[in-house]
Amino acid sequence: MKSFDYVRPASVADAIAAGSLPGAVYLAAGTNLLDLMKGGVSRPDRLVDVTRLPGLDRIEALADGGVRIGALVRNADLAHDAAFAKAYPAVAEALLSGASAQLRNAATVGGNLLQRTRCAYFYDPASGCNKREPGSGCDARHGENRLNAVLGWSDACIATHPSDLCVPLVALDAVVEIEGKGGRREVRLEDLHRLPGEAPERETVLALGDLIVALRLPADARYFSGHARYLKVRERTSYAFAVVSAAACLRIARGKIEEARLALGGVAAKPWRAREAEKLLAGAAPHAENYRRAAEAALAGAKPSGDNEFKIELARQILVRALATAAVGTPERIPALPASPLSTRPGALNDA
Amino acid sequence: MHHSISLTVNGVRRDIALSDARVTLLDLLREQLHLTGTKKGCDRGQCGACTILVNGRRINSCLALAASHDGADITTIEAVARDGELHPLQAAFIAHDGLQCGFCTPGQIMSALGLINEGQAGCDAERIREGMSGNLCRCGAYAGITEAVLQVQKSLAEAEKRQVA
Repeated sequence: MKSFDYVRPASVADAIAAGSLPGAVYLAAGTNLLDLMKGGVSRPDRLVDVTRLPGLDRIEALADGGVRIGALVRNADLAHDAAFAKAYPAVAEALLSGASAQLRNAATVGGNLLQRTRCAYFYDPASGCNKREPGSGCDARHGENRLNAVLGWSDACIATHPSDLCVPLVALDAVVEIEGKGGRREVRLEDLHRLPGEAPERETVLALGDLIVALRLPADARYFSGHARYLKVRERTSYAFAVVSAAACLRIARGKIEEARLALGGVAAKPWRAREAEKLLAGAAPHAENYRRAAEAALAGAKPSGDNEFKIELARQILVRALATAAVGTPERIPALPASPLSTRPGALNDA
Repeated sequence: MHHSISLTVNGVRRDIALSDARVTLLDLLREQLHLTGTKKGCDRGQCGACTILVNGRRINSCLALAASHDGADITTIEAVARDGELHPLQAAFIAHDGLQCGFCTPGQIMSALGLINEGQAGCDAERIREGMSGNLCRCGAYAGITEAVLQVQKSLAEAEKRQVA
């Protein structure tokens, strides 16, 4: 690991001043950053430790009915906050389906948003990767790419964003609060991450020195609590990134879907909101054929970026399954295998 | 650049000079404090061999920068047995063959202690397996590990019942 300076500012203003210098990177838990630094993928000159900044580790109920989650809230603490998990069960389920218990105890919400892709070529400094080293090419494009993107990719980059948490958050219209040199601003989580285009190294809309301080869910996000699921296909039962995942949050009344919120994970360089599919489901009956039509719409623009055409149909099926399980109703307690389409219960379907 | 931090390690306060900001809690424990019970497996947060408790919570010490943990209370495998008596969890690992080569065992034990503290898994084997999925065992002693944790959870649940009664 390259050597670096370590500073631990005591205020957000000091953090931004330190984080605005070229070569500086913010450090929260470091569960992704230290891994990247050990592999020589990230080579910062200075780590600005934000873990002691005051006031960023709270989950606050807002007067308007929304909730504000400090950027330093740990994944496990958010998932196990009883009031939060009850109001936003798909978010809690996504959190608990990610990483391991040890990592969830350390990793922060802000860090989760900014975690880097798990594309193997990004992690290998000997490979060409336009995201890691602009202009060096994309070795994934003609390499081992079965887990790479099927939506929103470009010839320059076919990486996916690996977050589980972001998928239900983007479905529920989460907003990101950012402090920077120009003061405070907000962006929709949906607009935080960029698609690769010609500049895959520019992963977010954040500028140098920008610090994510909180996430907000609006008041209406809790209206979906009765019918909200996150489902995730992994290559092993637990402790693996998504091959594809889906968040389905529904409002159902008088036998009709009044409103649907849908997003996909593991398919693109950003959490993928499926608005066309949502429109098809508004006012529709909660039936399998409507789920399938919605899933077709959600993946209408998909195309394989390599040996991964299977992910397109897999994403349709996992979205159908997420819709069906959400329509049944949010379980009283998050299942033993959170977000898993597999079940160890005798007689349960394993058809995802 | 030199940093000094203070940690409470297994109940003892230690003032520690860090010669390099790159030192992780894992390397600090093993190389500087000579507590080599905590193992370095993958060193990348994938295997769980380095699991310790920080302020009572299990984490991967290989992905924790020591400088960032100034003031933390740390428990390692060295403090789990008391006065020559194995912790019930250690005894259960032996009784249920929860190990073969033993390399992953300190991490498994610390992770299981963390899981018990978290109070989410109860006596449900599936939840225990899921909660222990961050600890790999290349010998494949998973069945014994699950049985050991389950046994301790059951005896804790029974003790609690007796207390209520």
